[in-house]
Amino acid sequence: MYHKEKSIQMKSSASALYNNLSVLRIAPRSLTYFTVVHANMVNMVSASWDGLNYSHRQLQSKEANVATSSSLIMQAAWCVLPSRDILVLTSQKGIQMYESDGSIMVYWHALDTPETQTAQAVFARGIAAVREKYICVGISSGSMLVFDVPIKGSNITLSEVLEEHKESITDLASECSGSQECIADMVSADDSGNLCVWKSGEDFQLLNKIPGFQMSCSSVKLWKGTVVAGYGTGQIRLYEAVTGIVHAEVNAHARWIYSLDIAPFSGLLLSAAEDSLVRVWHLTMTPETNSVEIVHMYNECVTDTQICGAKFCDGDGYAFAVTGYDLSEIIRYTQV
Amino acid sequence: MSMRTLPLVFINLGGEMLYILDQRLRAQNTADDNTQKVMNDIIATMFSKAFMEELLKPQDLYSNRALRTVLTRLAHASIMRLNPASMDRLYELMVMAFKYQLLLCPRPRDLLIISYNHIDTIREFVRDTPSVLNQVDETHRKIIEVYTPLSDGEFQLLRQTLLIFLQDMHVRVSLFLKDKVQNPNGRFALSTTGPVPHGTEVPGLIRMFSSNGKEWKRWEFPTGGSYTSSIRVGSFERFGDRVIRIGTNMYSVTQPEETHTSKNFSQKANSEPNPLAKEELNLLARLLGGMKVQNRNTETGFRVNLFATDQEEEEAGASGGNGDQSFQVINIQATQAVQVNTELARIAGEFTGEPEQTESPEGPSNKGEDLLAMMDELIEL
Repeated sequence: MYHKEKSIQMKSSASALYNNLSVLRIAPRSLTYFTVVHANMVNMVSASWDGLNYSHRQLQSKEANVATSSSLIMQAAWCVLPSRDILVLTSQKGIQMYESDGSIMVYWHALDTPETQTAQAVFARGIAAVREKYICVGISSGSMLVFDVPIKGSNITLSEVLEEHKESITDLASECSGSQECIADMVSADDSGNLCVWKSGEDFQLLNKIPGFQMSCSSVKLWKGTVVAGYGTGQIRLYEAVTGIVHAEVNAHARWIYSLDIAPFSGLLLSAAEDSLVRVWHLTMTPETNSVEIVHMYNECVTDTQICGAKFCDGDGYAFAVTGYDLSEIIRYTQV
Repeated sequence: MSMRTLPLVFINLGGEMLYILDQRLRAQNTADDNTQKVMNDIIATMFSKAFMEELLKPQDLYSNRALRTVLTRLAHASIMRLNPASMDRLYELMVMAFKYQLLLCPRPRDLLIISYNHIDTIREFVRDTPSVLNQVDETHRKIIEVYTPLSDGEFQLLRQTLLIFLQDMHVRVSLFLKDKVQNPNGRFALSTTGPVPHGTEVPGLIRMFSSNGKEWKRWEFPTGGSYTSSIRVGSFERFGDRVIRIGTNMYSVTQPEETHTSKNFSQKANSEPNPLAKEELNLLARLLGGMKVQNRNTETGFRVNLFATDQEEEEAGASGGNGDQSFQVINIQATQAVQVNTELARIAGEFTGEPEQTESPEGPSNKGEDLLAMMDELIEL
């Protein structure tokens, strides 16, 4: 179904972090941007579609101090809003936001660090753009910050703090089908596997809470009102977001799942785990019976690699890219 | 990231160091009480109450440089005197073993089992010395108390923190290359067969549910691997069958035949030590030969010669050159210490209970300075 393309070389290797790959497709310029986190730095590569031009940029964690390890970046992801794309970096110190090419930092939010060192780690993790104007970011305490983003400029403000989760946030996802009819706008996941389903607005509204089973949910997606969640046990579960009804359960991987992605136009699902495997699935919705079916399509084994990021490069799922711990390349696959 | 990495880092890295040293001493038929002294000295320092208490404080992982400095001090609690290049090589060997253990760890929580495997062997080393054995037991109790309540997500965070720390290290280790657990390019071989971790189902099944929760369809998909059900869980208590063999002594010659899970670590159950491990350790031994032990109570010091004869030592020294380029194995250079470095002697003296003035340590970053200062003032229990 897919074959391997020429890999993109990075300046440094990928760190073992959940969802450690973000892809931004810029059709007007025939370019795709990739970002991958390496310790306290982010590797940004822009690749032209003809495969001839690559350019690299590296972004530092703010307040990075080379001698210490206390400013590690947990995640980097693009937030696509109607009028602009923002690159968000979440670290142990706080949240940095850049214009999409990484050239200008437009916003910095420092995390509250306790006076005396506690055993609880402090960091931000989990990034999602929600509806037209919000960027949500999760925190290790379980809180989520909602930022209001203007059409242009740096007047980004903290609009709300959502306190629902009690464990560290692992991932956030917004409804990606493009449909305006979906009631749920965002889902958040935490280290105990609890999922919260939200409706955005001046005040975000909690629509539903889906309990976990004490197993971390490391990656989550929301598509056509269906939550797709990947767990540390290697299982994938599909839920109806608003009701919490389980549609399907897949024993997908033999190790911890690190990344999920959905191609919204085709319903293809990508899952990747520490077991070296990337799997492609197909989701079909049957509105009449209110059911969702998941069918397995394809496997790819990235030999001797613990995969940490996997994303489709386009909305149809024609191509996808993969990163692995200690690998300095972004491996790409396209449909045959 | 995780604030709880340090105790496990020292137990595992320190454990690997002790495995290497133990194998070396036994291979040389060193007198039992000499061997015991060496092991006791290092283990007593590593598991001292003050040292462990310092490590257990919630804090970020040290930088590479700070960690190596502290481990060097630890090594010098015994008779070992390593020049910086040799300490580098020893450090790489310890670190690559730990990196492998981290990668192969079935579940993040099993990092505790790996640590307990190290502690179990360390306990064996000092089983005849009640005072040190006590320290090890106390530490083990403390570790169990602190780490048992952590969630799986917190363990994964801890593991991720350590993996970031060990990123980009691809030193080739001949023992690993020979056993095919490491590829010639320095990367570890990750298997897609074998039992799944406890709590994970064997991949391959899709189940569909109706809105009332009843399963209405199930089918299988091809997994591209060959997995079997998980085996039983190991013991997280102070004693018991750990089940997982990762973290046990891969330099031991009397390792019993392993189960499928850890086949890569099995040593053949014969009397011949693994020849490549021996070569590696001979290189290490070169620098240890002829070292004097700092003894308190002015006992007669004993010379630890890690070779049977001086000639062997010379030969090993001759072969300890750069070797096969494509292998780039651990290359430990040794220089006979004509004069014992006075500062090191003083520090060693401190570890054996003689009070001395301390100088401030040079080199390491801020993190770890407190620990180093404390180590300088340690009074051996």
